[in-house]
Amino acid sequence: MELTGAQALIKSLEAQGVEVMFGLPGGAILPVYDPIIDSSIRHVLVRHEQGAGHMAEGYAHVTGRPGVAMVTSGPGATNVVTPLADAFMDSVPLVVVTGQVPTSSIGTDAFQESDITGITMGVTKHNWLVTDAADLPRIVAEAFHVATTGRPGPVLIDVPKDVSTATMTWYEPTEADLDLPGFHPALEGDPAAIRAAADLILAAERPVIYAGGGILKARAADVLRELAERTGIPVVTTLMARGAFPDSHPLCLGMPGMHGNFTAVTSMQQSDLLIALGSRFDDRVTGKPSAFAPGARVIHVDIDPAEHHKVRRADVAIAGDCRLVIEELLAALDAAGLPHDDDARVTLDPSATVADAPPGARAVPGSKAVGRPAERVAEWRARLAEWQRTFPLTYEADAGPTGPGGGLKPQFVLETLRDATPDDTIVASGVGQHQMFASQWWRFDHPYTWVNSGGLGTMGFAVPAAIGAKVGRPDRMVWAVDGDGCFQMTAQELVTASSERIPVKIAILNNAYLGMVRQWQEMFYEERYSEVYLSPDLPDYVGWAEAMGCVGLRVESPDEVAPAIDKANDIDDRPVVIDFRTDAFEKVYPMVPAGLSNDEIVVDPSQATALAALRSGGAR
Amino acid sequence: MTAPGTDHRHHTLSVLVENKSGVLARVAGLFSRRGYNIFSLAVAPSDDERFSRITIVVDVESSPLEQIVQQLHKLVPVVAISELAPSDARERELLLATVGAGPETRGQVIQLVGVYEGKIIDVAPDRLTVMLAGAPETVDDFEELIRGYGIVELQRTGRVALPRLDRAGGRAGRALGVA
Repeated sequence: MELTGAQALIKSLEAQGVEVMFGLPGGAILPVYDPIIDSSIRHVLVRHEQGAGHMAEGYAHVTGRPGVAMVTSGPGATNVVTPLADAFMDSVPLVVVTGQVPTSSIGTDAFQESDITGITMGVTKHNWLVTDAADLPRIVAEAFHVATTGRPGPVLIDVPKDVSTATMTWYEPTEADLDLPGFHPALEGDPAAIRAAADLILAAERPVIYAGGGILKARAADVLRELAERTGIPVVTTLMARGAFPDSHPLCLGMPGMHGNFTAVTSMQQSDLLIALGSRFDDRVTGKPSAFAPGARVIHVDIDPAEHHKVRRADVAIAGDCRLVIEELLAALDAAGLPHDDDARVTLDPSATVADAPPGARAVPGSKAVGRPAERVAEWRARLAEWQRTFPLTYEADAGPTGPGGGLKPQFVLETLRDATPDDTIVASGVGQHQMFASQWWRFDHPYTWVNSGGLGTMGFAVPAAIGAKVGRPDRMVWAVDGDGCFQMTAQELVTASSERIPVKIAILNNAYLGMVRQWQEMFYEERYSEVYLSPDLPDYVGWAEAMGCVGLRVESPDEVAPAIDKANDIDDRPVVIDFRTDAFEKVYPMVPAGLSNDEIVVDPSQATALAALRSGGAR
Repeated sequence: MTAPGTDHRHHTLSVLVENKSGVLARVAGLFSRRGYNIFSLAVAPSDDERFSRITIVVDVESSPLEQIVQQLHKLVPVVAISELAPSDARERELLLATVGAGPETRGQVIQLVGVYEGKIIDVAPDRLTVMLAGAPETVDDFEELIRGYGIVELQRTGRVALPRLDRAGGRAGRALGVA
C-alpha cells in the first residue's frame, strides 16, 4: 500500500492506539493535518502550542498512556519546549511531532526553521529527525517505546515537509524492526540487593517509606500499601506522589519537603532507615543535602540507576521498576517470615494518627522476622503521632482580614472545595502558593488524581493540564486550582475547552500577587516587594471567563464559597471559572527556608511556642 | 598541564555509539549541561560500520565517574561503555607539529624525532613538520622538548585506548552495563 509520509505518520499513531492528540497546524506540518480529517484520532485544536504540550501531559498523568501533541516548525516547535522540559523533569511520557522545513532547506535559515532536535536534546529522552518517509512507521514505534519504557519521558519526532509529502510503502513495524541497540532499561531488581533491603527493613527502629512519583509511574500504589501495612512503616508522599498512598490511611504522614508538614519532614530527619521508592532526593525534599536525615541508612529503588548516589549515597541501591521491585521485596519478606496478614489491613480514617494503625503483619514463629525491634518501632510511631497532634497543618480561619482580599483564606477555599467534590476528583494546579496549599489541604485518597508541575515548576500548567486530564478521564470531575499569576499565562486555553466542550472547573485563588515570590520577599527580603503586585481586578476574571465561553463567578467572602462551588459542580456543559478573592498576606507554612537544614523548619506562628518547647526539651 | 594517565583524576571511557548524525552533539551536550569536564575526546568509526567509538578522557573530580557513566547510558544511541582506569588501559595519541628548524637547529630536531621514533612528514627550508604516535606521557615529553625550537602549529588527536590484556588473554577493562 502506497502512502504519503503524512498518511503513514497518522496511521502509525493510530497503530499505537492514540485516541486523541493536541495541536495546532502551520506551514511545515500542513501535509500531516490533511489525513487527520479521515483519522479515528480526535484532534483538540489549542490556542497556543504550549497548551498542547501541557494538555498532553495532563492526559498522560491521569491515564498512564503517552500524551501526543502535534505542532508546526519554528515558533510552533519552540513553544512546545517548556512542556517537554516539564515532562522530562517529571518523567511524563509524551510524544511530540513537529513539522520541519523541507530537508533541502534545513540549515539555510528558511522561514519558520528552527533546529528543534538540537534545542530539545537536553529536555527529551530522545528525538528523531526523519529524513526518509519509509522510516516513519519504525520511528513512531521507537518513539512510543522509548517514551514509555524504563523511566518514562518525552520524545520528539521532527518531520520535514518533503518527508510528509513523499510516498512510501506501508508496513506494520514489528519489535524486530526497532533499531535501538543501546536502549535496554533494567526492570527487575537484583535479588541479592532485595534480600539486603528486606534485612534492613526488619532491623529498622525508626523506618520511613519515602514514596515518590515512581510509584505512580510504575502503577505500584496497591503493592506500596501492602508493603506499608505488612511492615507497619509510615509513608511520606512527595509532591509527585500525592495519591500514591491514601492521605486518609493512618500510616500516611503526608507531604515532606520545603512546605511539607512537620511530621513528614521531621520523621525523615530522625529516621534510621529511609526506604526511597521512586523518589529522587530532590532539593525541595532534602533541604540542605548534607544535613538531610543524618542518621538514616538508605534503600533507594529507582528505575533510573543515574538517580542512585546522585544526591545521597544509598546503602542498598536497587535499579528496577518500583512495582516489580516491591513485589520482589514482599516475596523476600515472605521468605523472612513476614507474610501477608489480613489483620494488618487498615481502614481509611482521615482523623486517625499513625499510632492508630495496627503494628503490621504477625511474624512466623521462629523466623527471622520475629527479631524485629517491634517495641522500638511502636515507640517511633507513638512519637510521630504526638507530632501529628501537636503540629497539624493549620491556619487561622477566623483571623479576619490581614490584607487585601479580606478574610477569605485560601486554605478555607480548598477545604470547602475538597469536601464538596467527589473523593476521586482530579485536581490540577499551577506553581506557587496555591499549589502548596492544594497539595497540603486536599485529601488524596486515589492515585492519579493530582496533576501538577513538580520538577520544572511551570507557572501556567494548571489550565491546559486540567483540560488534558478531562479529555483523558471524561468520567471524572476535574478542578484546576490556580493562582492569578499562573492563570494569566495560559488562560486562553479555556477557549479551547469551551469550543471542544471540555467542562473543566477552575478555582483561581486570586490574591492579586505573585504570592510565593511575595512570601519570600516578606520573609527574606525585608518586606521589600519588588514586581509582585498584580491587582485583583485587572484583568476582570469573571468578564474574561465569560468572553472565553465559560461561566464566571466571583467569591469575596467565606459564606459565598460553598454555594459558588455547588453551582460550579452542577455545570457540566462548559468550563467554569471562580475568582476567589483571597487574603493576600497569607503565607504557606510550614516552610524550610531554601538552603537550610530541614531541622530549621518554620511552623505556623500559632505552633511556634510548641516547637520551641520541643526543641528545648531535647526531643532528639 | 598534568599528564593525564599518570594521575587518578582522569579516566578513559570508551563509548560505543550508533553511527548516526548528531550523536556526538548528544554526548557533548550531556557533558556540558551536567557540568562534567572533558579532558580529551576522539571519535572515529569502529570496525562495525553501524557504530562509532568515542574515546573520552573525563575529569572525575568534576563529578563521580559512576554518575557520568549512568547519565551517558541514558542516551539512546549509546550502545556500550567501558571504563578504562589508567592502570587498565593501553592508550595512544598522535601528535603533529610544525617546528622551526633553521640550519642551526635542524640536526637537533631530526635527532630528537629519531630518539622518540617519530617521523618527519614535511620539510621546508626553515621548518619541519613532525609526527609522533605514542603513549600520552611520551607525547607530552616530546611536546615539551620540541617546544624549545619554536612551535609554529601543533595538533594532538586526543587519546584512543583499548583495555590492557590480562595474562589469560582476556580484557581488563570494566564493561559497564553493556547492552
